[in-house]
Amino acid sequence: MLNVRNLVARYGQFQALFGIDVDVAKGGMVALIGANGAGKSTFLKSVAGQIPSKTGAIRFNDVDIGALPAEEVVRRGVSMVPEGRRLFRSLTVEENLKVGAFAGRSGRWTLQAIYALFPALEERRSNSAMALSGGQQQMVAIGRALMSNPDLLLCDELSLGLSPAVVKDIYTILPRIRAEGVSIVVVEQDIDTALRVADQVYCFMHGRVTLKGAPADLTKEQVSAAYFGIEGH
Amino acid sequence: MLEWLDAVIQGVLLGGLYALFAIGLSITYGVMRVVNIGHGDFLVLAAYLALWPVMQFHLHPFLAIVPVAALMFVFGYFLQRVLLNRTIGPNPLAPLLATFGLAIILRNGLQQIFHSDSRSFQIGQLGTDSIPVGGGIAIGVFPSIVFAVAIALTVLVSLLFTKTSIGVALRATSDDAETAGLMGIRARHTYGIALAISFALIAVGGVFAGVRTTFTPESGPSALLFAFEAVVIGGMGSLWGTFMGAVILGVAQTVGAKIAIGIGILAGHLVFLAVLFFKPTGLFARTL
Ligand SMILES: Nc1ncnc2c1ncn2[C@@H]1O[C@H](COP(=O)(O)OP(=O)(O)OP(=O)(O)O)[C@@H](O)[C@H]1O
Ligand SMILES: [Mg+2]
Repeated sequence: MLNVRNLVARYGQFQALFGIDVDVAKGGMVALIGANGAGKSTFLKSVAGQIPSKTGAIRFNDVDIGALPAEEVVRRGVSMVPEGRRLFRSLTVEENLKVGAFAGRSGRWTLQAIYALFPALEERRSNSAMALSGGQQQMVAIGRALMSNPDLLLCDELSLGLSPAVVKDIYTILPRIRAEGVSIVVVEQDIDTALRVADQVYCFMHGRVTLKGAPADLTKEQVSAAYFGIEGH
Repeated sequence: MLEWLDAVIQGVLLGGLYALFAIGLSITYGVMRVVNIGHGDFLVLAAYLALWPVMQFHLHPFLAIVPVAALMFVFGYFLQRVLLNRTIGPNPLAPLLATFGLAIILRNGLQQIFHSDSRSFQIGQLGTDSIPVGGGIAIGVFPSIVFAVAIALTVLVSLLFTKTSIGVALRATSDDAETAGLMGIRARHTYGIALAISFALIAVGGVFAGVRTTFTPESGPSALLFAFEAVVIGGMGSLWGTFMGAVILGVAQTVGAKIAIGIGILAGHLVFLAVLFFKPTGLFARTL
């Protein structure tokens, strides 16, 4: 459903991505791993339309979305949980969720469905989003992204700043979202988590994909070589 | 003692007028993080627009507010969409220069058409009526109407911001425009709505200002200054903070004028500078 070919991205003079190829199958769960600054967030931002990319580089459901800005990409069914959550600070939990529905796509993800997925949020619906714990804020960020009823959910470092127990809880939710027919891409620093949850893994380094494959087919040595740039064998 | 109380009361009521000047500026700043340098000149434009039906058809100035506010709303929306959106980007100077340029064009245009004669709106008896409340203090009917309208419109705008989906989108854009884009909020449109609301509000302020005193094509900069001072005193981007800032500015001016005739406006500037110095984020800082 998502086919990225030879994606290049720049910040001014600085080139952050050098020809990335990534495919996400319908219903698939893809993990992107890589060290700090490897270009994972840049890749997600390009797909989501926050960073302009060339026509033809990004196809989604066989439509070229490369040149579209973020507010149009989300209308076509790609939604993002941004790095650091980026909740709207002057909005309540429920208002944050409602803003997520602004793209106007209907489907099964309604306020009720989000509260069923994250019961902790329902009691705090009228609280400021900023008053929540880090884990609950991450739930709001995921719920907000789901409210647009996406076909593809992009998650940038869900585990950022959260305790291992909370991270585990968040990751048990993803299969339930996937079971509703949403394809998922996660960026994850923790290699073990990434290998456990994904059916395809891409390793990024210095703006290039250094390794890709199904977790079962990859050895630990291959992964660390691709991740840290150390020669294996 | 009572005469000071009188000055404070008159100042609070004057603050209602300044709130009508300032809330639009507060909204556009809050949503776009841009100060509209032409704010005061557009306010004067609205007053001149109202002049036409008032002179031509003897429409009551209060009734003229309705079509002029509607017209200014539409004008604000398209001005933002067609022109000002193009200036919003990494360079914060671009929108300042663009609105500065527009202000000059507008001021000179009004000068060409209307010359420098001062104009005002007449509302007859209502303009001078007052209600004595004891102790020699009288509350003007017209200033009270202005104050009540200012409160009503502030309530209306805050309801718009909290209860409607476009309002929530405006607040989300104010918090984080980039992430609002991820949600499908089209900034071009929300920015247009923000300027539209701002322009509708200054239409009300412009006509009321023309009833209270007089206006010329040169009145814009001082209206901008009072609006700006109220916004800074109250805290950038907060509606009720701006309202309170306007009231504080009004009181500073009337109490200042009580201390010595002629220093009223100066006293307002001093309060503004004091706030800027001791609490640069404003007294009631908060985002929209
Ligand atoms: N806004 C920006 N302006 C300039 N350079 C940037 C910007 N954002 C990222 N970069 C650079 O682009 C490269 C890729 O950054 P990116 O954020 O995509 O990495 P990442 O893999 O997500 O890293 P992390 O794990 O730290 O989130 C880095 O060298 C980074 O310094
Ligand atoms: Mg990142």
